[in-house]
Amino acid sequence: MLSIEHYLVLSLALFTAGVVGVLTRRNLIVMLMSIELILNAVNINLVAFSRLHGSVDGQAFAIFVMVDAAAETVVGLSILLAFFRHSETVRADKMDFLKW
Amino acid sequence: VILLNTVLFYFLSTIAVGSAILMVTRRNIVHAAIFLMTALLATAGIFLQLQSEFLFIAQVFLYAGGIMVPFALVIMLLNRDPPARPARFSRQHTRAATLGLALGAQILFAVFVGRTSLRLPALQASLSPRNTEAVGDALFHQFVVPFEIASVLLLVAMIGAVVTAKARA
Repeated sequence: MLSIEHYLVLSLALFTAGVVGVLTRRNLIVMLMSIELILNAVNINLVAFSRLHGSVDGQAFAIFVMVDAAAETVVGLSILLAFFRHSETVRADKMDFLKW
Repeated sequence: VILLNTVLFYFLSTIAVGSAILMVTRRNIVHAAIFLMTALLATAGIFLQLQSEFLFIAQVFLYAGGIMVPFALVIMLLNRDPPARPARFSRQHTRAATLGLALGAQILFAVFVGRTSLRLPALQASLSPRNTEAVGDALFHQFVVPFEIASVLLLVAMIGAVVTAKARA
């Protein structure tokens, strides 16, 4: 029998994979993809709790999270395009022109 | 039916977690994008298994369709870097991974403390059979203001993306 903890642990695993991805990868595209993974893990939690309480409010919130994810992707990728035009790379460690 | 549900959950979550880990560890960015897509589709299956059919189809359309397409496009445009070799960040690499896993362990601890202290009820047998209708009802009655704000946010993001990515003349 499945309980809420199963879904929490699944969501935790995806969240941790996303956090490790954001922290360790140097390619900005992969960092954005890891952020997608994090938002997705949050959605699993929202839907699981919506099922737990027998109410659709959590699912409505999951839709708002999806909207945020879409907006974040589009803006992030366009900033990335502008950065690439400026410096011909997508590596995060090359993004240091505000450092000195 | 309960057994089938359990088997389905473990099958989908194995795919999701496995492809998430592969996505984070593969050097090749195209492979990473494919694995992200697999993870998102497996999550869509989890939504279906949780009987939220509307979110299932929204996940397939929005994530697997709408979000992966710009990623694929940007990878095609920008993927000129050779696969990253361990370089200046490599000392921070282990530290960052340790930090991330420590965060995960902390939340896992919180989940297992919470399960005993909160005494969460068992999952409901089923939600409303008319899931899409219920979600639409919640969106357009209870959450109508956040819904409008979300649409404005999407519009702002669209205009911002066009302005930011536009080539300077």
